[in-house]
Amino acid sequence: MADMAENHRAVVELKEKYASSVLDVREFRGEVTVTVKKEDIVEICRFLKENAAYNLLTDVTAVDYLGQEPRFMMVYNLYSIPNKDRLRVKAPVAEADVSVDSVCGVWSTANWLERETYDLFGIRFNNHPDLRRILMTDDWVGHPLRKDYPLQGPDREPYKGRLS
Amino acid sequence: MGVDQPLGDNVITSSLDTLVNWARKSSIWPMTFGLACCAIEMMATGAAKHDLDRFGIIFRASPRQSDCIIIAGTVTKKMLPVIKTVYEQMPEPKWVIAMGACACSGGVFDTYSVVQGIDEALPVDVYVPGCPPRPEALLYGILKLQDKIMKEKNSFGSAIGLGERLDPAA
Repeated sequence: MADMAENHRAVVELKEKYASSVLDVREFRGEVTVTVKKEDIVEICRFLKENAAYNLLTDVTAVDYLGQEPRFMMVYNLYSIPNKDRLRVKAPVAEADVSVDSVCGVWSTANWLERETYDLFGIRFNNHPDLRRILMTDDWVGHPLRKDYPLQGPDREPYKGRLS
Repeated sequence: MGVDQPLGDNVITSSLDTLVNWARKSSIWPMTFGLACCAIEMMATGAAKHDLDRFGIIFRASPRQSDCIIIAGTVTKKMLPVIKTVYEQMPEPKWVIAMGACACSGGVFDTYSVVQGIDEALPVDVYVPGCPPRPEALLYGILKLQDKIMKEKNSFGSAIGLGERLDPAA
């Protein structure tokens, strides 16, 4: 099954053109994921859109691997309407510099998706046209989907089971 | 008892408070305001099968002309200022029904973004449990509110500026 990932039409081109920035290529249950360096994310995304026809950005999100380094992983889910196939692009983000370049210039739908990721994970997007919170209130403190954010909120005692 | 009916069957004697209370409980106009899945049950209660209109209860799409707000669903912290504004826009006298587990206590949403019961912000008169409550349950809650309104004292006096409206249940 590893062949499927290696022979994926976009992965072949990416490995050829951006050999130094592709960190990992994986396949799981028919889904191909490419991990790349965050410094090259905009260039690679533009390449995938313009040369590999990934014209739809279905989602931008992140994962918090608290305790590991690098702590965060950006996730971009792409879909090609003409080719009817998908590709997931990931990029590790270190806690020391929690920022990625915005891909708003590639897909304009990234605007709100990146705002959501900023709101919930606190990852800053460089060159984003309007980086504000989108789900939480403007005066909210903290980023709730981070693993070190208390579930009941910072101002309440955490739930410790029925006897608490 | 003491009064024979000198005026026949067409006249009944009562207090002004009872008259005012009767008028108020017979025309509760709830604010049209749904928040989550409970709102679907609230609409079902208002629709033909359960038919709130037979109690004089007509949903009013303006807080300026409503007497009651049914908090039907999960109240998020982001929504709370909106609910408070709507409540403050309603004229006195006004009543609050907390419908469903979320409005009563936050329900299953024991999280950072959800208000743990609307009674943290508004004075609740009737709590209707359930997730969501069936229309019969909401109907029962509204009948309980009617009972509560009928027990209020000084309803007429407070309306003309003589003292406060008294709620013996509170």
